[in-house]
Amino acid sequence: MDPLWAVGQFAGMVLDMVRGLADVKVWLPRTVDESWRIGVGSLFIVLLISSFTGGVTALQAGYQFTGNIPIYVVGSLVTESVVLELGPVLVGLILAGRIGARYAAELGTMRVTEQIDALESLGRAPSSYLLIPRVLACLLMIPVLVVIADFVAVGTGWIMAKSTLGISNQDFAYGARVYWHPLDGWYSVIKGFFFAGAISLISCYRGFTTKQGAEGVGRSTTGAVVTSSILILLLDVVLAKLILKPK
Amino acid sequence: MIEIRHVSKRFGAQVVLDGVDLTVQDGETLALLGPSGTGKSVLLKAIIGLIRPDRGEIIVDGQHVAKLKHGALSKLRATIGYVFQNGALFDSMDVFENIRLGLTDEQQFNDMTYAHERASECLRLVNLNPDVSKKMPADLSGGMRKRVGIARAIAGKPKYVLYDEPTSGLDPVNSDIIDALMTRLKDELGVTSIMVTHDVRGSFRTADRIALLTGGKIVAIGPPDEFKESEVPEVRAFLERDFDLAPL
Repeated sequence: MDPLWAVGQFAGMVLDMVRGLADVKVWLPRTVDESWRIGVGSLFIVLLISSFTGGVTALQAGYQFTGNIPIYVVGSLVTESVVLELGPVLVGLILAGRIGARYAAELGTMRVTEQIDALESLGRAPSSYLLIPRVLACLLMIPVLVVIADFVAVGTGWIMAKSTLGISNQDFAYGARVYWHPLDGWYSVIKGFFFAGAISLISCYRGFTTKQGAEGVGRSTTGAVVTSSILILLLDVVLAKLILKPK
Repeated sequence: MIEIRHVSKRFGAQVVLDGVDLTVQDGETLALLGPSGTGKSVLLKAIIGLIRPDRGEIIVDGQHVAKLKHGALSKLRATIGYVFQNGALFDSMDVFENIRLGLTDEQQFNDMTYAHERASECLRLVNLNPDVSKKMPADLSGGMRKRVGIARAIAGKPKYVLYDEPTSGLDPVNSDIIDALMTRLKDELGVTSIMVTHDVRGSFRTADRIALLTGGKIVAIGPPDEFKESEVPEVRAFLERDFDLAPL
């Protein structure tokens, strides 16, 4: 596909969504349903990945630093690594697979079975019925899932550090506080918000523009996951450059 | 009235419509016949603005479809019922919600009592038991899905109905019921219809005029009796299935 044409199509889709925001009665109940579905539906995988991440980060920190530097640094390392990087990025990548693939497959199937055409033929805006609820649900729920992941990962890191490295609660808490900036928490949420935008917009676009039957749905689904994962990694760099200024 | 003027459409190198001219008068039922892949469905989708022609214009009720702004196009679409070839039911909604979406008047759409009554009425019109309204599309047979699609298209009492192969895949009894329904819609409500079909028998029974689309053009058009007697070679070939089979 011509990249310029694709950019135009993407811009058209976003414009339609902006226009569709006036249909509050249509998108609001669907956004609530969708938020519940992706929030609750993704909770298990987010808890699983974040607890393992926190635990492994604590173990590796202990392996690298104990004996050389004060033990409380493990607390700093676990907290900062999780909140600044691992929490949002791992949740983003996992949800790009889970939510992104689902959205692209759902919308792609609706496209090739003419359900989206049917909605348009009834004088109803697909953006209000299908796109806005999905995008808003992601923008609302993914930052929340990132915050949950941050808490769980730091918690499991704390438990792991205590049980395997023998660090005291006071040392871990001191370490967690000593290099902490209030911006760190916001940075995690901001990253979650941008990743949510990337996942939802890319997967909706890929699904919405699906062509050529089952093969096309497969292509859109893979494309949505790959593109949004790459975008998450790019955004990770850009946001670090823009927001984190060395003191 | 629907006016189609010199409409052309190509997909890549394939010319699907090549200067189609056609006018459908108010209250008329036009059957559009033609071999598969000759652009009949493309023409229907162009009428409702789902596909944009490369050239030419389509005018519905005096409005140029391709030039309409978003809101005006939605309003126009609300006056047109579209029956999709495979039903195109929303598979995340039950049958009732599917038919309710066909109520293009927002007041009727939000009045649940009316919506239930109208959904039951439309289901009965297409020979389905109103109990079907609680089922999901995945629980229906192909023929039932098609009939629910027709029920959805007529739920909002549209001025125009565009049928894309309304009777394909239906048994003879249900085909006859759909044919009778199209005749009733025309006679009782003055609905204007364009029916893309391969059902020659049904089209002779229900249509006021029959057109043959082949090679991207309308090669013949006229009332059923006139069409049946047409000497246009494509019409003869289509009606008499006069084609040569390649040897195995």
